[in-house]
Amino acid sequence: MASTVLTPTKPAKAGKPGGSGRGSGGFGPGGSGGGGGWEGYRVPSRTYRLGMWFGLGGIVMLFAAFTSAMVVRRGMSFDWASIAVPRILWLNTGVLLASSLTLELSRRALARRSATQFNRWLYATLVLGLAFLGGQLVAWRELASRGVYLATNPSSSFFYVLTAAHGLHLAGGIIALGYVVFRAGSMVRGLTRRTPLDVAAIYWHFMDGLWIYIFFLLTRWS
Amino acid sequence: MAEMQAEIVHRHEAPKAFIWKYIFSLDHKVIGIQYYLLALFSVFVGLTLSILMRIHLVWPQASIPLLDKVSPLGAPGGVISPEYYLSLLTLHGTIMVFFVLTTAPQGGFGNYFLPLQIGAEDMAFPRLNMLSFWTTFAGLAVLMATFFIHDGPPIGGWTSYPPLSAVGGAAGPGMAVGETLWVVSIAIFCVASMLGAINFIATTLDLRARGLSLMKLPLTCWAWFLTAILGLLSFAVLLAAGVLLLLDRTGGTSFFIPGGLLVSDKPILHSGGSPLLWQHLFWFFGHPEVYIAILPGMGVTSHVLSTFARKPIFGYRAMVYAMSAIGVLGFCVWGHHMFVSGMSPYSAFAFSVLTMAIAIPSAIKTFNWIGTLLGAKIRFSTPMLFSIGFVSLFVTGGLSGIFLGQPPLDIYFHDTYFVLAHFHMIMGVASIFGIFTATYFWFPKMFGRMMNETLGKIHFWITFVGVYAIFMPMHYLGLEGNPRRYAEFIDNFLLPLMSVHRFISIAAFITGAAQLIFLFNLIWSLFKGKKATENPWEATTLEWTVPSPPPFDNFAGKHPVIYHGAYEFSVPGAEKDYIMQNSPEEVAADH
Ligand code: HEM
Ligand SMILES: [Cu+2]
Repeated sequence: MASTVLTPTKPAKAGKPGGSGRGSGGFGPGGSGGGGGWEGYRVPSRTYRLGMWFGLGGIVMLFAAFTSAMVVRRGMSFDWASIAVPRILWLNTGVLLASSLTLELSRRALARRSATQFNRWLYATLVLGLAFLGGQLVAWRELASRGVYLATNPSSSFFYVLTAAHGLHLAGGIIALGYVVFRAGSMVRGLTRRTPLDVAAIYWHFMDGLWIYIFFLLTRWS
Repeated sequence: MAEMQAEIVHRHEAPKAFIWKYIFSLDHKVIGIQYYLLALFSVFVGLTLSILMRIHLVWPQASIPLLDKVSPLGAPGGVISPEYYLSLLTLHGTIMVFFVLTTAPQGGFGNYFLPLQIGAEDMAFPRLNMLSFWTTFAGLAVLMATFFIHDGPPIGGWTSYPPLSAVGGAAGPGMAVGETLWVVSIAIFCVASMLGAINFIATTLDLRARGLSLMKLPLTCWAWFLTAILGLLSFAVLLAAGVLLLLDRTGGTSFFIPGGLLVSDKPILHSGGSPLLWQHLFWFFGHPEVYIAILPGMGVTSHVLSTFARKPIFGYRAMVYAMSAIGVLGFCVWGHHMFVSGMSPYSAFAFSVLTMAIAIPSAIKTFNWIGTLLGAKIRFSTPMLFSIGFVSLFVTGGLSGIFLGQPPLDIYFHDTYFVLAHFHMIMGVASIFGIFTATYFWFPKMFGRMMNETLGKIHFWITFVGVYAIFMPMHYLGLEGNPRRYAEFIDNFLLPLMSVHRFISIAAFITGAAQLIFLFNLIWSLFKGKKATENPWEATTLEWTVPSPPPFDNFAGKHPVIYHGAYEFSVPGAEKDYIMQNSPEEVAADH
């Protein structure tokens, strides 16, 4: 994902990074004021992607911890009762996969500087993301209507914990994409760097993969 | 080459308004000082709590003025109740571990000096940096709030073991609202630390000055970098554990609460949960956490020893590999905190062997420190004294760790004062000595004035002798079987030990009072200290090439270029006994 990124700013050569990588491009902390006087501060977009990759490392550990808790909790007692996951999760999965696709299409469109296509696919991604979250809520409602709540059984506890934790993270991704929408115009015109889009894309695809993992866990293992 | 250094790229300028300059600042130097002040406030709160505990242990009936105002319930008439003792204990541990030892060395000094030492204008993500600090602040505020609720802070200890931490008010005072606040505070702290860690990692990897290869980094930077990786990976696990604990407390789930519990005659309507699951998650975080506390101290000690011995650090590469090995192994040994939890002897054996394996890189570091000092013309300034003290405490605390790491011994020592002695020596005091070292060493750079040497030395000697007087006898108490976390010692076998406890308490009062000398020195030097030059210690790293205090954008728009390793002292043929990292001087360039 990260390797296909096209950035106006050429990052400094690996191994000898630093000062010379800054200075060009448009996006940077403080770009929209508030901090005052930070307009001169730029780090290469590569640094943002690096930060995102490491951030994902932290998220992996979070979900690894939830997973190991699930394995232990399941193995240690005899009260585990599997729940049938709501069918709508299959649909949700499809929606989320589609959103990754549309996000890629929007990134291609930006590379071509095609404003209409860029905007269209970007909005499509946002809508699909929101649809996924709505779908997850429907799944929750369905479980609740079956009388399956957070505390009903350890398996339902983990169901709610994992889906909620993922949903919260995805909501973060939606906010990030919202920021990209806000910046879309100047990105297409090449006035600001496309870093926010590229970084958000790494995150978004990761959330996609993470969901596949969670879905697998919930359907096969619990 | 010279034109490289002079090349000017957009200078960014300091904001003018007070709120952007000092409160919601994006400047890593201001944020570093904010973290430091947060830790300074926390450490004095934590210290006060420990003094109150030591009073209660030897004079359980003593009435402490004003304490009944703070908690009418916990200290009626100023007399600390056994439960309130546990509240003090919990907050002492939590404040010290999280808000002192995890913030000052990394968020404080790391923030301030990492960009300066690698020749960067700032951290990679200044906004994220500000967010980390203010999130940490929120975590501290939530924790402090527990003092002001009706039944006081929680009594669950800094490890907050379920089931008692999960069942609510039945478990005792502070375990209803107080414990919930504790969990929330820790969860907030986890998020803050992870955000901070990302910044440290990206900054170290990507913003180094030209020519500053990883093997030319000051060891301080290596330590901050590795600490950040440990923090990123381990705080995520504590966060997960905290979320599950919170749900057990408020959502009716049974992750950690087993069935059939009766707490204070109240049946607990949960079933099937595993208290051991919390212990695994907690210590998977907890052991790396102890290294998070001490790695930056190791870094600054190496740095200062080399500078004041006027010798290159002995075995630079070995130091880097040893720290990395400690970081990796640190994730594989959490079971040594659980030897008495009924784990299979085979697991215990595995954890024990891995634990012993950590002693190897630790010993390598120790020998390298001693090697650095051997045959050196040492300048015994205050920072040097504290870093030698650090080495001493690290060895003393490490040796008791080797005893504890063996299951047959630990089954006896576990939950006794021996453990208390071990981790206070190595984590508590050694890390604090790291913070003192850093303070005395970098104060001139941060504030442009020298700290008073005489006061510094007095502070050092009282503290050094004091902490040994406090914590060495605790080994003996542990050998005698004195349990930890007891509020009063009324059993027959413990009464003969009271004289030892009295000695410890008095030593603690004196040592605690000596910290006021430090506080005074800090404040006095801020206004009245001797003006500091650019490089008062004749050190080699980049922060000493800029004015004291450094300008807002650190290098005034220039980009330093690095030619030398971080520890080129007393190089034969060089004109001075130290070579700045950015000096184009050719001597030993192919070192
Ligand atoms: C040679 C290296 C070390 C070994 C073999 C070792 C071993 C141990 C063992 C086995 C325990 C558990 C004792 C028990 O609860 O029964 C322990 C506790 C502890 N150690 Fe270490 N340790 C070492 C180094 C360190 C370092 C470097 C630190 C911190 C900087 C540290 C901090 C702690 C803390 C905080 C505890 C107690 C936690 C608690 O129960 O509240 N140790 N150590
Ligand atoms: Cu440990």
